[in-house]
Amino acid sequence: MAILIDSTTRVLVQGITGREGQARTRLMKEFGTHVVAGCTPGKGGEEVLGVPVFDSCAEAMQQAGPIDASVVFVPARFVKGAAIEAIQAGVKLVMLVPDRVPLWDAMEIAACAKQHGAEFIGPNTLGVLSPGHGVLGMIGGKAESARSWFPKGPVGIISRSGGMTSSCGYYIGRRGIGMSTLCHVGGDSVLGLRFPDVALKFEADPETRAIAVFGEIGGSQEEDLARLIREGRVTKPVCAYIGGAAAKEGTRFSHAGAIIEGNTGTHACKVRALREAGATVVTSFGELPDAVEAMMKRLVEP
Amino acid sequence: MARLHEYQGKSVLASHGIAVPRFFVASTPDEAREAAAKLGGRAVVKIQAWTTGRKAIGGVALVQSPDEARKEAERMLAIRVGNFPVTELIVEELLPIEREFFLSLSIDDAARAPVMLLSFDGGSGIEERADAVTRLPVHVTTGPDEAMLNEALGKAGLKDTERADIARAVRQAFEAARSIEARSLEINPLVTTSDGRVMAADCRMTVDDYAVFRHPELGIEIARELDHPPTQLERIAYHIEQADHRGTFYFARLPHEENDTKLVGFHGAGGGGSMMSMDAVTSEGFTLANFCDTSGNPSAAKVYAAARVILSQPGLVGYFGSGSGVASQEQYWSAYGLAKAFLEVNLDIPAVIRLGGNSEDRAVEILTDACKDLPAKVEGYKKDDTPRFCGTRFRELVEASGVTSEGYTRWVPAFADESSGALCVEFSRGRVWIDVGACDEIATRLVVEHGSGLFKDEGGKPALAVPMDVLDGKDSELIACEIECHRAGRPVVFVDMPIPGLDDEEAD
Repeated sequence: MAILIDSTTRVLVQGITGREGQARTRLMKEFGTHVVAGCTPGKGGEEVLGVPVFDSCAEAMQQAGPIDASVVFVPARFVKGAAIEAIQAGVKLVMLVPDRVPLWDAMEIAACAKQHGAEFIGPNTLGVLSPGHGVLGMIGGKAESARSWFPKGPVGIISRSGGMTSSCGYYIGRRGIGMSTLCHVGGDSVLGLRFPDVALKFEADPETRAIAVFGEIGGSQEEDLARLIREGRVTKPVCAYIGGAAAKEGTRFSHAGAIIEGNTGTHACKVRALREAGATVVTSFGELPDAVEAMMKRLVEP
Repeated sequence: MARLHEYQGKSVLASHGIAVPRFFVASTPDEAREAAAKLGGRAVVKIQAWTTGRKAIGGVALVQSPDEARKEAERMLAIRVGNFPVTELIVEELLPIEREFFLSLSIDDAARAPVMLLSFDGGSGIEERADAVTRLPVHVTTGPDEAMLNEALGKAGLKDTERADIARAVRQAFEAARSIEARSLEINPLVTTSDGRVMAADCRMTVDDYAVFRHPELGIEIARELDHPPTQLERIAYHIEQADHRGTFYFARLPHEENDTKLVGFHGAGGGGSMMSMDAVTSEGFTLANFCDTSGNPSAAKVYAAARVILSQPGLVGYFGSGSGVASQEQYWSAYGLAKAFLEVNLDIPAVIRLGGNSEDRAVEILTDACKDLPAKVEGYKKDDTPRFCGTRFRELVEASGVTSEGYTRWVPAFADESSGALCVEFSRGRVWIDVGACDEIATRLVVEHGSGLFKDEGGKPALAVPMDVLDGKDSELIACEIECHRAGRPVVFVDMPIPGLDDEEAD
């Protein structure tokens, strides 16, 4: 088992004929993901890397279905249309890779997903990768890198930064500790699956025994995760690093979600909430692998 | 998020039916005087500034005559709020306020939807009185929850007409926010007047940066919240970003003293990785001149342009580049872009670049080999080199160098000129020059070999092998060709991509 993607997940790529769509489809396939259909309006009937292309998601669903997950590689301004099309066609998990998706578009996608009982990840996500199973999106880049960087094992990784998702995986992997799934929830402020949602999936996954978190300032995902731990709904040990300690209120770097508004979402707030709930929080990123290693040792010999 | 001034926000509200006081915008004392005269002499004058507590800094005045308005305006136009000089004032009708309310809309990340807050208790100090506030869930397309709105209004001790008017104002405020894709809206206070009107007496609005392109009517120049007016360099950088959406590019000047002697050009990759890397270089005692992020698989051209923007800042003692350390993207494209920028400015301050991730070996080799003859040391590092190690190494190199840059301009080879007889092909982002006169058999072979199929050997000289428009998306491949020819000792290719605003003067 793993979460969000495993060896049985059948995947649709929206925007498969574009530059990113083609390049990423190749990488996903090389890693073992079952890409069963692609979709680009007007390009139905073509093939990309042996994957049949359809004009619409509904058509793909009908002719190449069932489809469990869709990965969207279209320009930001077309993401809303693409996501809603997939959800309405019956896809239950949609990955929104593009950056710069307008906030109100993301909220409309959320409303549509809620109505249809679907989930989405992103926008602005590097993706999700389950070692030994498959990858949705572009984590790891090359399949051979992804295989050597991310060994299979008991740690679930959740991150608000794409690059740092890989970094967490790589540096933890170097300690001989593998991972069940790596999930980049996305860098924006309105996201589909958030820390608490992903943590609950890890809680329910028998293969995952501990959770490593790369958090950032801004928003309330870390606080909401802390609440789940406090309430006993996440019982597996959690080890976190929160980036952005030095940021002032209102200064934004490049993640749209990493902004402190008023007195919520500060670094101190998040660290306190997680620590009070019983999670381990390290103060420098370099300490994260040590802390995860110690956490795993405690699990073996309590 | 891009911010709107009070008068801009009020115009948006008014266009959705919310009553606002009569107002005029003034940017000189005389305009303020004229505005007050039109309003009958008595008026309120307020600075247009992005701050709360304008009253406390003397930014709000009640005036009794046009002359008094002029005098107050003169004083207010000399105020500075943070780094921003006050350049505009609002002169508006004085309202006979009866009761004050608070109304806001913001984005609730947990609900993935807007949320509106409504308080009947008057607006000032509202942040401290959470219990006095009604929280209205909002649907992204249909607006605030009607039942909850009515229930809240029912408890507020309002007259029937007021209740209906306020309910309408709440719905209209939602429509106004939705129409400009606001990230936040605050009407503090929303008032009822003794003559029975419901009006927005103030308004603060911000717009989602990613939606600004859909709202040219707002006249937002740079869709970004800065703590200072945009500098010329930030404008230049912003336009580069807007012209090329392949990957992220984000640039902002950071506050520092002008005579800081430990100023560093910072080039991050990825939001989280950049934050972590900034810590690594500031903990060595350096000051960052800027923040910059190129990530999400950016083109070599974008990385090149970012590096040029960073290097145009005077007073730098070094260049530090680092991302997450384990990048999914192919890192050699970044290496080509950086190498081109460093070569064009003949870099003489040390650079440490952490290129960890896919194809890191190739990336580091390209960068360090291409830059080996530069006056400065350029070192590349990989994923197993920690940010802390790179920071320390950077400090050592800077201490050994002792050079401070004056702000680099680019060097263009002599053959990049129409009179040189070089082959010149235009593409969407610039021109590529090939010094065919200097091409021997080896040089021609190099151009063809590293040209990604764009060039062929025609009678021993390089020639275009594809229709011209194929070059449009190939700027990264062209840059790779230029750098590879340079590395092989045959610098016969030059990709000429002047940066508007940075390289304009050389054309004159």
